[in-house]
Amino acid sequence: MPKPLVSVRNVSKHFGEGEARVDALVDVSLDVMAGEVVGLKGPSGSGKTTLLNVIGCILEPSAGQLVLNDEVVFDRKWLTRDLRRMRLERIGFIFQAHNLLPFLSVVENVALVLRLAGQSEQAATARADELLTYLEVSHRRKAMPAQLSGGEAQRVAIARALANQPRVILADEPTAALDSERARIVMDLLRRVAVENEASIITVTHDEKIFSRFDRLVSLRDGRIDA
Amino acid sequence: MNLALRDIRHNLGRFLLTCLGLSLLLGVVMSMIGIYRGLVADALGIARAPAAQIWVVEAKSRGPFAEASRIPGDTREAIARIAGVADSGSVTYQSVEASFRDRPLRLYVIGFEPGRPGGPRLLTEGRPITQARFEMIADARGGLSIGDVVTMGRSRFHVVGTTTGQVASGGDPVVYVTLKDSQRLQFDLTPSAQRREQARGASGGSSDIVNAVVATLIPNASTGLVADTIRRWKHLNALSQEEQETILTRSVVEMARRQIGLFTSLLLAVSAVIIALIIYTLTIDKLREIATLKLIGAPDRVIIGLIVQQALAMGVIGFGFGLALILTIKDRFPRRVVIEPSDVGVLALVILAVCILASGLGVRLALKVDPAKALGG
Repeated sequence: MPKPLVSVRNVSKHFGEGEARVDALVDVSLDVMAGEVVGLKGPSGSGKTTLLNVIGCILEPSAGQLVLNDEVVFDRKWLTRDLRRMRLERIGFIFQAHNLLPFLSVVENVALVLRLAGQSEQAATARADELLTYLEVSHRRKAMPAQLSGGEAQRVAIARALANQPRVILADEPTAALDSERARIVMDLLRRVAVENEASIITVTHDEKIFSRFDRLVSLRDGRIDA
Repeated sequence: MNLALRDIRHNLGRFLLTCLGLSLLLGVVMSMIGIYRGLVADALGIARAPAAQIWVVEAKSRGPFAEASRIPGDTREAIARIAGVADSGSVTYQSVEASFRDRPLRLYVIGFEPGRPGGPRLLTEGRPITQARFEMIADARGGLSIGDVVTMGRSRFHVVGTTTGQVASGGDPVVYVTLKDSQRLQFDLTPSAQRREQARGASGGSSDIVNAVVATLIPNASTGLVADTIRRWKHLNALSQEEQETILTRSVVEMARRQIGLFTSLLLAVSAVIIALIIYTLTIDKLREIATLKLIGAPDRVIIGLIVQQALAMGVIGFGFGLALILTIKDRFPRRVVIEPSDVGVLALVILAVCILASGLGVRLALKVDPAKALGG
């Protein structure tokens, strides 16, 4: 039986202590397989973004275990020393507001993560161009982010997330700023990436129009996964 | 891929405007240092003009620049006869409010004996003083040129030659006149005052008084021995050229040095605070980008580099603009502004250090940014 790429086991997260204690996640377990596109839905404050931050190794859980790509990353404490390096090499992030660096061109935004990973300027640019072509935005390679449409910017953000060929891609409401047609295109693109790269894609979303595009929808309420 | 450079290019207008503001501030810092150097250069210029090795002044006086010094006019003959003295000349120094083209003009008048030490070393234009009376050599700083007529006291003087760079430590341009003229200017009474003095039976006293005698020595003569010989006369004191220059720099311009030094330090502190605030504000503007960089895995050195390199670029460009500005306008200052390469080098290093320290505030803020901010959750 294939192992999940992302395995969240009995993870809890609380903020504050005593009367001020807020339980953001309570005993959450979730497995996501390679090639699977999973949606996290739920009302505001249900713990969706907290769970995404935990899987992205941004937020330290209070309890539980986190396994990414067969490596136990967290088991009551972080077991990986350089979390930032791990994020760079193994996790791709796609943001609601694309978060492209405004002072870099499209191709530079994509090449940046490769440069940070140690690739040469030439190799990074070649790989960035390849990804931009794959996502059909290569004609905008020299444009600055401010000159892109919402759909173009999100495709560039996806290209950046894919640059280091991560097996785990986390997306925070990637279609929130897009109209229905563009949202559909982005979701189709994510599905294609998941299948072709055998990647796990976990997406936080409120957008009911794209619920049908997920392999599985996980609903969160008060920090717990709804049965 | 240099992120600092890319960010500067992206906000080039704002960055250059910031640099321009900083350059004005650094230009003021440089001008203050230049004004101090100018003050010292002016003071030394006057002391070095006679090319003297020994200054003979009144006993217990450190004159003629630091204190009043009045010695008899015939002292020069006595000095000239001392073994080791090659040549000597009497000099007087006084500030005068002259009149030129019906406008007042402050001048620093040096009286000297033509053909003896004490006169101007080099003329930029015209000729030396050849007449016994009513001719002057003026420094270009006073706005006088050959052929101009200046009224001092009751006499009119014709400018026959010009010099450059001869300004008193107070800022007044120097003019040279004959010793006779300067003594008349200093001691002659107006006719009505003279009549009053005669009416009360006063003799009027001798006007053959000078402020100092400057002497040059023959080769291999000992300055110390000659000075000791002169000091044996109880009414005279002798100072070497080095001692005279030390008095000028340590005593006469010392207060100005401390004043300018303190003001320069304050300006540097203000510059540091302003650089720190600018870098801090620039960092605040980039918090989301910094969070994104952290989230996608950029190490701290990349983020620190982004901030420190921008601070250094700001310092270097601001300093460069400031230096160019001050070199362009330094000759328009009423006082001499001397920009020494060593001062520029030291100030550049200080500014670089200030930039690195000032960027600490922005770096601290950037390192505290939570990468989760990029997710907006």
